[in-house]
Amino acid sequence: MANVIKLKKGLTINLAGRAATEVSAARSSKVYGLVPDAFCGVKPKVVVKEGDVVKAGDALFVDKLHPEVKFTSPVSGTVKAVVRGDRRKVLSIQVEADAQQQFVDFGKKEVGKLKAEEVKQTLLDSGLFGYFLQRPYAVTANPEDCPKGIFVSTIQDMPLAQDFDYVLRGQEQDFQCGIDALAKLAPVYVGVKAPMDVKNATVTVFQGKCPTGNVGVQINHTNPVNKGEVVWTLGAEEVIFVGRLFNTGKLCLERTLAVAGSEIVAPKYVKALVGARIGDIVADNVKKDVKVRLIDGNPLTGLKVCEECFLGAHTTEVTAIPEGDTADEAFGWIMPRLKEFSVSHTYLSWLFGSKKEYKMDARIKGGERHMIMSGEYDSVFPMDIYPEQLVKAIIAGDIDRMEALGIYEVAPEDFAVAEFVDSSKVELQRIVREGLDLLRKENA
Amino acid sequence: MKALRNLLDKIKPSFQEDGKLHAFRSVFDGFETFMFVPNETAKARGAHIHDAIDSKRIMSFVVIALMPCLLFGMYNVGYQHYLAIGETPEFWASFFYGLLAVLPKIVVSYVVGLGIEFTVAQWKHEEIQEGFLVSGMLIPLIVPINTPLWMIAVATAFAVIFAKEVFGGTGMNIFNVALVTRAFLFFSYPSTMSGDKVWVNQNYMDCINGVTTVDAVSQATPLGQLAAGEPVSASFCDTVTGLIPGSIGETSVIAIALGALLLLCSGVASWKTMLSVFVGGALTAFLFKDKVVDNFEWYEHLTVGGFCFGAVFMATDPVTSPRTSSAKYVYGFLIGVVAIVIRMLNPGYPEGMMLAILLMNVFAPLFDYCVVQANINKRAKRAAVKK
Repeated sequence: MANVIKLKKGLTINLAGRAATEVSAARSSKVYGLVPDAFCGVKPKVVVKEGDVVKAGDALFVDKLHPEVKFTSPVSGTVKAVVRGDRRKVLSIQVEADAQQQFVDFGKKEVGKLKAEEVKQTLLDSGLFGYFLQRPYAVTANPEDCPKGIFVSTIQDMPLAQDFDYVLRGQEQDFQCGIDALAKLAPVYVGVKAPMDVKNATVTVFQGKCPTGNVGVQINHTNPVNKGEVVWTLGAEEVIFVGRLFNTGKLCLERTLAVAGSEIVAPKYVKALVGARIGDIVADNVKKDVKVRLIDGNPLTGLKVCEECFLGAHTTEVTAIPEGDTADEAFGWIMPRLKEFSVSHTYLSWLFGSKKEYKMDARIKGGERHMIMSGEYDSVFPMDIYPEQLVKAIIAGDIDRMEALGIYEVAPEDFAVAEFVDSSKVELQRIVREGLDLLRKENA
Repeated sequence: MKALRNLLDKIKPSFQEDGKLHAFRSVFDGFETFMFVPNETAKARGAHIHDAIDSKRIMSFVVIALMPCLLFGMYNVGYQHYLAIGETPEFWASFFYGLLAVLPKIVVSYVVGLGIEFTVAQWKHEEIQEGFLVSGMLIPLIVPINTPLWMIAVATAFAVIFAKEVFGGTGMNIFNVALVTRAFLFFSYPSTMSGDKVWVNQNYMDCINGVTTVDAVSQATPLGQLAAGEPVSASFCDTVTGLIPGSIGETSVIAIALGALLLLCSGVASWKTMLSVFVGGALTAFLFKDKVVDNFEWYEHLTVGGFCFGAVFMATDPVTSPRTSSAKYVYGFLIGVVAIVIRMLNPGYPEGMMLAILLMNVFAPLFDYCVVQANINKRAKRAAVKK
């Protein structure tokens, strides 16, 4: 019987345009791009040149500090461009896809018979190790570490997020195989919404509002990270990638993405490869009458993108909301604004029930202030951490206090809902990212 | 509204960095964001959607919650005046008399305070902060009607500069700005802030009515009478309705209750702080009830003076209260205790609410420290056990 943890704090944000449970294939992209920025904390060293021919699974770049961690091409084809920005920063490595896909053969393997080292080596060679994240610092995992656990959350409760139960259908074997492989490396903990049959892992049922599905919240309640300890995390769909790798010997980075949001004509699921062009994923499914913000990810933690951008490595949904920069709403401080959603009872949205769907635009809807109201962050932060005090310690650059207040346990995404509800409009996720980067540099 | 938007867009360039009127940029920004919700959208990374709440709306709700106190206060100023000169107070006459007496105080408080806010915002290249919208309304409500306007101006300037701006503006201040204004007046000009002769308007307004009150009218507040050991002339019922002398906005429990209802329903004020102030005050008043004069019950302490007003509008100031929720109980409770202790055991000060809240403002970070330190210790212990 799985352990059940109920969390009271949090907030369900009901956005219009949830993906309907139907799936179609994305338009195939001519060019696929791997974006190093999507792999947080990695210093990319490009190992291919323009014109090189690569197979799906060949390395495009490696981590300068850990060259064994490779980041591999999702498709076979010819390297079309290595796009660089200011100070020669690598922005993307683009591969023009072959009509007939060829895969590097990593060998079909029976996970049960493999040793931990062999599993790790296969993950490193195939590039899937690059998808592992670690706490502390919420960056790409270091293969030299010995994690005390690998955490996987199958709960996706961010607004407009994919429903993993739906994504999993038909891929259960790959998922279990992936978990078996992870279990070779460290004890595996899986967080689920409802009891689920997963072997070789400690399964915990989590019930609560967003961000209960965040793996950081689940770690905090099952096996919190102390100073000096490391845990790894892997996205639930990425566990399926691992399973596919061992079951077929090929690297297949195909995701079932939720394409959702109020500005999507027909919100649904789309199958696409990591690195696919966003424009090919949303295709002609975006409304044309208003200015639309496309987001690589969900509206709380994602990245604003354009149709020419490429799908990020960890992205499980592509969403579209109105930009709203020409709204010109008058007297916001006093009008009833019945269409607006707010946790504050100064608006009436609390009377309309939790089922009502809201169409929200990208406006910040207020000016940035010092933190005035207390307890706002805390009410949507289901961890045994004082978020406001931690953020203040980060702003002050007080490293000892950050450590004492539990910065090793958090990732920017854990502060996403707090950033949403904040009446002072502070950019919490950016601040937390800077704090984590500072500590990582100091402790290096 | 479209025309106004177009007009604002047209004149906006003159107020920007290299425009002719850039010295008034903060004023323009303040006006523009007051008229229209900013159209600025989220950055490329981070939360793309935001709750509709902002500090303007929060502050506006507090100002709205103060309206019953303000309107009743105006009426009561006129009522006390007519009573003192021996006429029957009529409703509208009383109200208009009070309106004319109170309005200049509101204007002075806002002009001085917002003037400083605009200047500082301009100087620091920041947006105008809305905190003073509330302080500016609180200040006229917590002074006696006879306080001269220049005193209010000086005290407001002192409080805004030295209690708020030097700390970094709204959200960074340690002390409640409105209470610092009152404390400044209380200690600098004690004769106009306490005693029996400050509670009934008798000077510059009288020409309106053609009546001249040559001498100041003596009218004691219930707390003044208590401090002097005299029987309290106001009944419990009077102290609840508020037709008694006192600071402009503090007398009516009913008006304050209406404000409290709005603050609690909208979630702007913390019910934890508010409730614990009353619990602390009631408990202390009950324990010391032997020290009260004969016709004054212990619970009447909660309805006289500034107790209710302080508990609802001052103690719940989110910036100067503790930030953690368990600390709020202790903070509120001790405000109640200290306020009543000062009233009962200190012969010098009839009212203790102002000093109690200011004192606890100092201690609020300490209460937070204890709560947060418990969390830190727990984490440290967990790490130690693992090793």
